[in-house]
Amino acid sequence: MSTPPADTAAVGGSPTGTFTPAPGRAGLGRMVRAQARMEARLLLRNGEQLLLAIVIPVIVLVGGVAAAGRLGSTFEGHAPVDLLTPGVLALAVMSTSFTSVAIATGFERRYGVIKLLGSSPLPRHGLLLGKVLALLGVVALQLVVLAVVALTVGWQPSTADPPSTVAGLLLAVGLGTSAFASLGLLVAGALRAEATLALANLVYLLLLAGGGVVLPTGTYGAAGGLIQWLPSGALGEAMRAALVHADIDGRSLLVLAAWTVVGSTLTARTFRWE
Amino acid sequence: MPPASPAVEIDGLVMTYGDKVAVDGLSLEVARASITAVLGPNGAGKTTTLETCEGYRVPQRGTVRVLGLDPQRDRGRLLPRIGVMLQSGGAWSGVRAVEMLEHMASLHAHPLEVAMLVDRLGLAECGRTPYRRLSGGQKQRLGLAIALVGRPELVFVDEPTAGMDPQARRTTWAMLEEVRADGVTVVLTTHHMEEAEHLADCIHIIDRGTLIASGTPAELTRGGRSATIRLVVNRPFPDGAPESLRAELGPGTEVRQLDEVSMLIHGPADATTLGRVSRWCEEHAVLPQTLTLGQRTLEDVFLELTGRELAP
Repeated sequence: MSTPPADTAAVGGSPTGTFTPAPGRAGLGRMVRAQARMEARLLLRNGEQLLLAIVIPVIVLVGGVAAAGRLGSTFEGHAPVDLLTPGVLALAVMSTSFTSVAIATGFERRYGVIKLLGSSPLPRHGLLLGKVLALLGVVALQLVVLAVVALTVGWQPSTADPPSTVAGLLLAVGLGTSAFASLGLLVAGALRAEATLALANLVYLLLLAGGGVVLPTGTYGAAGGLIQWLPSGALGEAMRAALVHADIDGRSLLVLAAWTVVGSTLTARTFRWE
Repeated sequence: MPPASPAVEIDGLVMTYGDKVAVDGLSLEVARASITAVLGPNGAGKTTTLETCEGYRVPQRGTVRVLGLDPQRDRGRLLPRIGVMLQSGGAWSGVRAVEMLEHMASLHAHPLEVAMLVDRLGLAECGRTPYRRLSGGQKQRLGLAIALVGRPELVFVDEPTAGMDPQARRTTWAMLEEVRADGVTVVLTTHHMEEAEHLADCIHIIDRGTLIASGTPAELTRGGRSATIRLVVNRPFPDGAPESLRAELGPGTEVRQLDEVSMLIHGPADATTLGRVSRWCEEHAVLPQTLTLGQRTLEDVFLELTGRELAP
C-alpha cells in the first residue's frame, strides 16, 4: 500500500487511504475453517454445554461402573465398564450433536448472528460446512477424553476384529452425529430460542433415561423393541456392536441414516434463518 | 458497470407486513462516495428499506439496485462489496469483542488491520469482554468496525450512534467522514437530526414509507422567510389556543401545538411577532417559560412536512 503524504491526514488521525475500498471474499476453505474454529471455541467455552459434553457422560460412566461394582454384577457376560463405555460415548455424541447444536443455533438466530453472517461473504453452505466441522471436532475431542477416562477405570474394548470395530465406530459416530444434528437444527430452526433450549434439554433427559443410549435396548423389556428404532437406541446399539462385539450393526446404521434423511428434509423445508 | 452510476437506486419500492404498509412506493438515489442520511421517525420504513438493499428482503414491488447489482439475484457478487451494521445484535453472546472482529475480518480477502480499528474505535478496553457484557455504545462501535473491516465500497449503517455518549458519537462521525474521503459510500439511517445535519451530503426524509423531501442540509433548511418560535408555558393552554394565537399573529404564520404546554410558531422573525405572542399569553393567563427564536432546522422542516415532531 502506498504511503500518502502526512499533510493529507484526515480527521481522526490516520492517513487518508486507510479505508480505500478493496472488497473481496476470502477463499471458501479459509472462511469455512474460520467459522468452524469460531463455533468450536464457543461450544467449548460455554459452561452448560461442557457439562453436557463431558461432565455428565463422565458421571454416568464412573457412577455406573462404581454402582455395578458394588452390586458385583456383569451384563451378558461382559464387565460393566465394557458395556457402559460405548453407551456413554453414544450419549456424548447425542448431547453435542442434538442438544448443543439446537441450543447454539437457536440463540444464533435470536441474537442475529445468522443474520449478520448472511450479509458477510460467507455463503449459507459455508456456514453449514463450518458448523459440521466444528461439531465433528468437538465430538472427536469428547470421544478422546471419555475414552481416556474409560480406559483408566478398566475399559477393554473388543480386540476380536479391529477393522470391524473401527469401521463400525466411525459409521456409528458419523451417522449418529448427522442424524442428531439434523434433528437439532430442525428444532432450532422452527422454535423460539427459549423453547428450543427447553425442548432440547428435555429430549436429552428423556433419551438419557429411556432412549436406549447408555443401556442396551434389551434391558428395557418389551419397550426395547420400540426403542431400537429411535435414533438414540440405534446409536447406542451401533456403538455397542462395534466396541463390544466387533460388529457392524447394519440395521441400527440404517435407522440412523433414515433419521438423517427425515431430519434434514424437514429442516430444509422449515428452517427460518431469522 | 459505469462508475458514474449511483451507488443505490431504489425505484417504486413497496414493502408490506401483513396489512401494514412499511414502504409505500419509495424512490431515491444515493451518489457514490457520499454520506447519505435516511431520516425519519421510528416505523417510517428506514430499516426495511436498508434490509431490502442488503438482500435480506425481497421487494414486493419496484426495483432496488446496489452498486448496479440486484441484491437478490446477484447476492453472491454484491455481499463482499458491502458492509452492514445492523441496528442491534449480530454477535454470539459469549464471543469476545476483538475475537468477533477478527472472525469477520477472516471472511474477507483484504481486510483492514483489526488492531487499527480496535484502536481507532476505542475497543481496546473491552477487547476481551464477552459481547453480552459490552455497553450499548461499545456494541455500536464494534458493529461499525464489523461493517468496515472488509474494506467495502458501500456501507449501510443502521442508527450508528444510538446509545453512544457524545464523545464516541464524535469519534464515529469523524471516522465516517474519513471513510467517505477515501471513496466509500455511506448510507445511514438516523432519527437524530444533528447527526444528519452534521454528516450528510444528502438527506432523504422518509415518513410512513414515502419520501417526503430530499436535499443537502442547506437546501432543506433554506427558504426560511420565517423563523421558528418555540413557546413553552407554565400551565396547559386553554382549548382552541392555536387558533386564537394564529388569529392574534395574523396571516403568514403557522401555529402548531406540540403538547399541552408547548407550541411551535412559524412566522416572521421580528419583534412584532414576539410582542404579539407575549400579549396573547397575558390575555390567556399563561406565563411563558421558554420563548425562543431560532433558525429553521431540520426539525422544523420535518414538522412542517409531517405535522409531527421527530421524536427520538
